[in-house]
Amino acid sequence: MYKILEKVDYSDDVYMQVIEAPAVARVAQAGQFIVLRINEEGERIPLTIADFDRDQGTVTIVVQAIGKSTRQLQELGAGDNLANFIGPLGIPSDIENYGTVVMAGGGVGVAPVYPIARELKRAGNKVISIVAARTKNLLLWEDRMADVSDEVIVTTDDGSYGRKCLVTEPLKELCDAGGVDLVYAIGPGIMMKFCCKTTEPFGVKTLVSLNSIMVDGTGMCGACRVSVGGETRFVCVDGPEFDGHQVDFDELMARQRQYLEQEKISYDFYLECRGDAQCLA
Amino acid sequence: MSGIDKNSGKKRVKKTEIPRTAIPEQEPRVRATNFEEVSLGYTREQALVEASRCLQCKKPKCVAGCPVNIDIPEFIKALEEDDPAAAIAILKRKTSFPAVCGRVCPQEDQCEKVCLLGKKHEPVAIGRLERYAADWEASEGEAAIPEIAPAKGKKVGVVGSGPAGLTCAGDLAKMGYDVTIYEALHKPGGVLVYGIPEFRLPKSIVQRECEYVESLGVELKLDYVIGRTMTVDEMLDDGHDAVFIANGAGLPVFLNIPGENFNGVYSANEFLTRANLMKAYRFPDYDTPIKVGARVAVIGGGNVAMDAARTALRLGASVHLIYRRSMDELPARREEVHHAQEEGIDFHLLTNPLRIIGDQEGWVEEIEVIQMELGESDSSGRRRPVPVEGSELRIPVDTVIMAIGTRANPLLTKSTKNLELNKWGLIVADEHTLATSKEGVFAGGDIVTGAATVILAMGAGKIAARSIDRYLQGQPLLTAEEEDEIRASQEKAAAGAK
Repeated sequence: MYKILEKVDYSDDVYMQVIEAPAVARVAQAGQFIVLRINEEGERIPLTIADFDRDQGTVTIVVQAIGKSTRQLQELGAGDNLANFIGPLGIPSDIENYGTVVMAGGGVGVAPVYPIARELKRAGNKVISIVAARTKNLLLWEDRMADVSDEVIVTTDDGSYGRKCLVTEPLKELCDAGGVDLVYAIGPGIMMKFCCKTTEPFGVKTLVSLNSIMVDGTGMCGACRVSVGGETRFVCVDGPEFDGHQVDFDELMARQRQYLEQEKISYDFYLECRGDAQCLA
Repeated sequence: MSGIDKNSGKKRVKKTEIPRTAIPEQEPRVRATNFEEVSLGYTREQALVEASRCLQCKKPKCVAGCPVNIDIPEFIKALEEDDPAAAIAILKRKTSFPAVCGRVCPQEDQCEKVCLLGKKHEPVAIGRLERYAADWEASEGEAAIPEIAPAKGKKVGVVGSGPAGLTCAGDLAKMGYDVTIYEALHKPGGVLVYGIPEFRLPKSIVQRECEYVESLGVELKLDYVIGRTMTVDEMLDDGHDAVFIANGAGLPVFLNIPGENFNGVYSANEFLTRANLMKAYRFPDYDTPIKVGARVAVIGGGNVAMDAARTALRLGASVHLIYRRSMDELPARREEVHHAQEEGIDFHLLTNPLRIIGDQEGWVEEIEVIQMELGESDSSGRRRPVPVEGSELRIPVDTVIMAIGTRANPLLTKSTKNLELNKWGLIVADEHTLATSKEGVFAGGDIVTGAATVILAMGAGKIAARSIDRYLQGQPLLTAEEEDEIRASQEKAAAGAK
């Protein structure tokens, strides 16, 4: 069992949990992910690590509730336990001094950007962060990003906070201005796709962290396969980070929709029966 | 022989005249809609009759045919005398998991293949009798905890809780070692729990076997990915005096034909893991979904292909099994093929997939295949299938399951220093001792051999336990007699080759 030590709701759907998992925290690195399972009936949920504390033995995750499992997880708070918490999985980010790096995070994608930005800053990079969201109350971790960045640009799609534009607008401006050595773009598939389209003409290397469907997360099942440079790769063992200019995002997004129908059945079933043991039985 | 029993005076039925006892099974039409076990097992009466067929050979070939050399005539004799407790004790001298082996071993290629009765008649149903003894123990017997040697004060780490890891851990615990198994998944059992379906090997049996190993004092650490959570080098630095790597073969292989990333294409590993480990067949009571559709194509002809096909069938699909060679080359156990046919799996033999065709949304629509014919023999001695020109055809399907094998998972091997691998990325281990290039590290099972059988992995677990014991006692890994035996058999093989 893995205890939840802290839980914060950032909005109706987005929340943070700090989980006691010393074996994972001991060796966790920026860019890696974990797999968790809520209970005996639960599915294995892969989530990119948002933070970790080796001394405290904790790992932090930030989640957007979009279906049954993520909603059920949201209902757990400090003192509750998770059945399983496995990791750290995937290859860590390659941390070195590249020069100037732009860290673009969209929605909950800001959370996994944070530890990578922190490490890149520590390695001597100039870090310019773009913190983006659809609307103000979905905006995440602006303060934390400010702590590890030389400059922070905030955007919202609806203009409720920061600049009213998509993440790609400041990204293009920065590329236009020149001197960008590396871009990280992490967020929804569509956001990563257009960030890559933005940087490609400038020839600026752009890394993305993919969130494909997984089962085991250790290379065994191949559910997470993605086409990168025309070759099939497994996100769980070959990634999760890839050169975004090589990724087939349309395929990735189609594959993410594979279980929409079942996800709806499961979510409806849950909402109907929530807390009703008889109904669930 | 007079055929008259001296004691009773009654005419005795000759052993060779008793037919092999059929095993009761669920009706094909019924079982095709449920996940309960297909074979129901012998009754006491059936076991007595079948056991009486054994000729009790003086020099039994079956023992040599068994990868772990179970004293087969001896345990069958005990069953014939209606003493299943004795039978199970004899079995457990050599195999830790008779309930598993009795169900999933390819007996027709091992012990039963060389059974003397089988020359003119049908071989003794050794596997079914083994299963009977094990099931008797589970329901009637008292789980006998074997004698455990005094603590040796040495710690061994075992990577993986599949058949090789469980066997090795159990044997070492009995010898008095402090053993910890590290399992990456959230349940122990390895392929027994994620791969082999409930209807062939009930998970309650696997759980019982894992509990048995724990009862010997073995600690089981789940959610522990060696190569990530901890490396093999860290295990050695962290107080493990020896390590046995038995993490399995791992990564699924795809055919590299167009369309394999369309939605609806599964590896057999994924399909079976969803169904077995995650219990997706009970969705939405269990959260993990599985998408089967009405028509499924399974590519491959091994046991995994049969398992995937029969699982898809039970989830309501009509299933095409596509295999590029003929029935004679089909590598699956005969019993599985027979069961699959009875249940209505549609076999397309000498048929090879060319590409998968998808719709606008990226979902599988059809699979294009080509007919094959058998040509010249290849390096494996099997006739190579060659395509028949112009014989392409398309089969409409919703799901395609690739069951064409696995390759080595690099997750552990890449993170371990000085561990020699072969060109396929499998660990190089001495065939007689399972020692690797790394001091104190042994390896066995699929990560050494490539995908093989449960019983071979168990055999490897036994050898590893023996080697680790000798290594930790500072003895040579092989005794002088074993060295002589190996040399003799090599010379014999070399002479035979001439």
